[in-house]
Amino acid sequence: MTIKNTSSSIQFTERFRDLTILFINFLWKTIKRNLKTYTMIFVLIFLFALFWILLPDTFMNPRNISNLTRAMTIISFLAIGMVFVIVTGNIDLSVGSATGFIATVVAFFQVHLFPPLILPVLSALFPGISGYVLGIISTILAVIIALIVGGLIGFWNGFITAYLRVPAFIVTLGGLFIFRGLMSAVTGGKTISPIESSLNSIFNDYLPREVGIVLAVLVIAFIVFNTLWQRYKRMKYGLEIRPLIYDLIKMIFFSVMVAGFVFYMNLYGGLQIPLVLLVVVAFLFSYLAKNTRFGRYAYAIGGNKEAARLSGINIKANVLKVFIFMGMCIGIAGIMFVSRVGTGAPGGGETYELLAIASCVIGGTSLMGGEGTIIGALIGSLIMVTLDNGFVQLNVPNWAQYVIKGLVLIFAVWVDVATRKSRE
Amino acid sequence: MNNNYILEFDRVTKDFPGIRALSDVSFKVKRGEIHGVCGENGAGKSTLMKIIAGVYPYQSYKGCVFFNGEELMFSGSSIRKAIEKGIAIVYQELALISQMTVGENIFLGREPNQKGIINWNKLYSKTQKILSKYKLNIPFASTVGKLGMGQQQLVEIAKALSEDAKLLILDEPTSALNETEVDTLMIILKTLKKNGVTCIYISHKIEEFFRIADTITVLRDGKTINTVPSKKTTVPEIIKMMVGREMKERFPKAEHKMEDVVLEVKNLTAFHPDFPGRTIIENISFSLHKGEILGIAGLMGSGRTELVTTLFGEYGINIQGQVLINNKPFDIRSSRHAMDRGISLVPENRKDQGLILEQSVLENISLPNLPRFSSAWAINKNEEVKICKEVVKNLGIKLGSLSAQVNSLSGGNQQKVVIAKWLVSHPLILIMDEPTRGIDVGAKYEIYKLMNNLAASGVAIIMVSSELPEIMALSDTIMIMHEAKCSGILKRKEASQERIMTLAAGYK
Repeated sequence: MTIKNTSSSIQFTERFRDLTILFINFLWKTIKRNLKTYTMIFVLIFLFALFWILLPDTFMNPRNISNLTRAMTIISFLAIGMVFVIVTGNIDLSVGSATGFIATVVAFFQVHLFPPLILPVLSALFPGISGYVLGIISTILAVIIALIVGGLIGFWNGFITAYLRVPAFIVTLGGLFIFRGLMSAVTGGKTISPIESSLNSIFNDYLPREVGIVLAVLVIAFIVFNTLWQRYKRMKYGLEIRPLIYDLIKMIFFSVMVAGFVFYMNLYGGLQIPLVLLVVVAFLFSYLAKNTRFGRYAYAIGGNKEAARLSGINIKANVLKVFIFMGMCIGIAGIMFVSRVGTGAPGGGETYELLAIASCVIGGTSLMGGEGTIIGALIGSLIMVTLDNGFVQLNVPNWAQYVIKGLVLIFAVWVDVATRKSRE
Repeated sequence: MNNNYILEFDRVTKDFPGIRALSDVSFKVKRGEIHGVCGENGAGKSTLMKIIAGVYPYQSYKGCVFFNGEELMFSGSSIRKAIEKGIAIVYQELALISQMTVGENIFLGREPNQKGIINWNKLYSKTQKILSKYKLNIPFASTVGKLGMGQQQLVEIAKALSEDAKLLILDEPTSALNETEVDTLMIILKTLKKNGVTCIYISHKIEEFFRIADTITVLRDGKTINTVPSKKTTVPEIIKMMVGREMKERFPKAEHKMEDVVLEVKNLTAFHPDFPGRTIIENISFSLHKGEILGIAGLMGSGRTELVTTLFGEYGINIQGQVLINNKPFDIRSSRHAMDRGISLVPENRKDQGLILEQSVLENISLPNLPRFSSAWAINKNEEVKICKEVVKNLGIKLGSLSAQVNSLSGGNQQKVVIAKWLVSHPLILIMDEPTRGIDVGAKYEIYKLMNNLAASGVAIIMVSSELPEIMALSDTIMIMHEAKCSGILKRKEASQERIMTLAAGYK
């Protein structure tokens, strides 16, 4: 009896050990394949640990983390669009100016155009409508306008780049000046205010804690459902599937992360609206990159233009699309910007283009084209924001902050170059 | 050592992994002569020249090379030392910087200077001296980009001569020149000869040897076949020497059943997209049957690639003539349109045109086929994997997993991936441009087998190739091109290497 028991427990430990080895191998392989991304994740963890040690009281408290994640959102929206642009072998230097420009356009419409033109019509049509509801309608219209103007800006940049064959660097450098000029034209050099409180809260407010919990439950449900559904579909196609234990560990890991994050944020104000929007947009664009023809074509164009062309891909149309998506991202960033500042002021968005490009590059996007991920760009953007946040609290002088950020950028690319050589 | 000879090869053998490029090559070049070296693509001409130029160092080959009576012993890669000894090579691909002037190009890297500051007057006066000495009529201060190909070639020659070259080697100098430019070049070469410069002239255009060469050496499959004075030989004799090899068991035998006509091309002419006045193919007509392999032979630059890329919709709409697919008119618009009508093209250069090297095998194979397994908003990845797995298995591509980078595969397997890319759509017509370039004999054999199998399953294949044995062994019909025109169509039975070469050289 005892002997039997021991042997089965030995069997169990052996099986457990085998599985652990398998799992570690799998983990190691994944890390090796995406060395660039993982290096930056380690850098991020290192930074968090460093600042936690240096600022034991303040850095890791929910309020600071909440501020930190909020601070990354605007640049992150731009970086998400920028990944696609850079992946096709192009660049967009106009996004900073364009963000500032859209912010002023939105304020201009909401402050100067809607009140005399649209809101009276609405009040006449629906006599009982309250000022609060009118404000929300005005904000919804403003968001739509921001997306349209963003799309148009993208179309302008993309059309000239793809169809008139002016290099994107030049087109968007021109755009940098053009949109800065237009921004001054819209504002006339003065700030435009006041904007609706509903517009103001897009960037600054929190979701009620209960909503945060519901969201977390939904996301976890989706993770579980999707993992199992993918397994089922692969099985139906007769393709090999990973041992269930991998997927279980993965599911548990991500679920814990989601639940933990929401819990942590709820300790302070709750989930911020801009962060939730960022996650949604990042998810959509990641899906676009990985699971659609358009995404594949973008990577193919950047990887080898000639091979892409001979594979029947319409390069011009796809580059145009990429810029239009970039434009939409600029639209969202513009909304966030005006919401944060609370007014339409001239001079917004300066150097945002460089921060967005730096985020992409730190996150592993290759300026040669063909390589880069959305999640990488978000990590890049988070690294820069973390540096900002920690340094400000440590009273690191301004000049040193710039120097260190510059060094991190160079380090990130060096890691890429060095590991590429060893791979060859 | 006889001082009459400036250069002597003595049993030179050079091996590359898996292939013997030169085997026991021996011949001598007389001082002051123009010595023609001819042979088919892959006969070993370029390898030989790279040995003289110091690209391949001493002891990386067997045998001896004597220059001016002393043995050449370059260590490492010593192109510079070869130049100092007086050996200058003008390569087929010009290495000029088109934004710089003629003078700057000639003295690039050794500009006359004082303490690093360039003495422009000296540079240009030296340039002028060289140009007038050899009667080269080139504007010395013009930027190279503004010159025609012929004049650019002369700049390269001037650059070589400016370093006091005793031996000038020209590698396929006329491949990019038009007829008048070739005439000028010939006159210049004769002037150089009078000035005492020895010249080795490499080409596969046989008629040129008879215009200028004193002696002709023929190479074939890395061996010297013969060295003869040009006055004592004829074009057919040279052709015979170039191609007279026995066919070994290098090709799988197969009879193709030819069925209905799939593709009919009538009087097709296409114009250059940037220069609308220039034709890139002229008045081509042929028909292709189901299950047939049509070989297109011809020298490089004869319009073979241009013909097939035009059919694939690569040269846009600037086209005259008629193309029918399955008896229905096919108006050439774009490559996507050509694919939709059942044409696939395996392009000439797999690294530049066929593959995205950093991406996975899966992504490469599915790239042109994504519309088959995706809607506007989603790719069915399971379907993708399933289809790619099938085609990888059918072609016998050896790989660890579908997610392996294409970069990590061997040349032969990479080529199979390119072919796989174009088979997923089950094309009616498969065009293969140089399907076996740069892969080893074993992989070639497999690709030939694959082509036979495809033909047997009813695919019509057009194969462009520079290798005559391959064309002859596989094709049912052979079309030979010369200077953008079709110079002849032969059935397999009528074809001999001599006939093909004769037609390719423009003789009837």
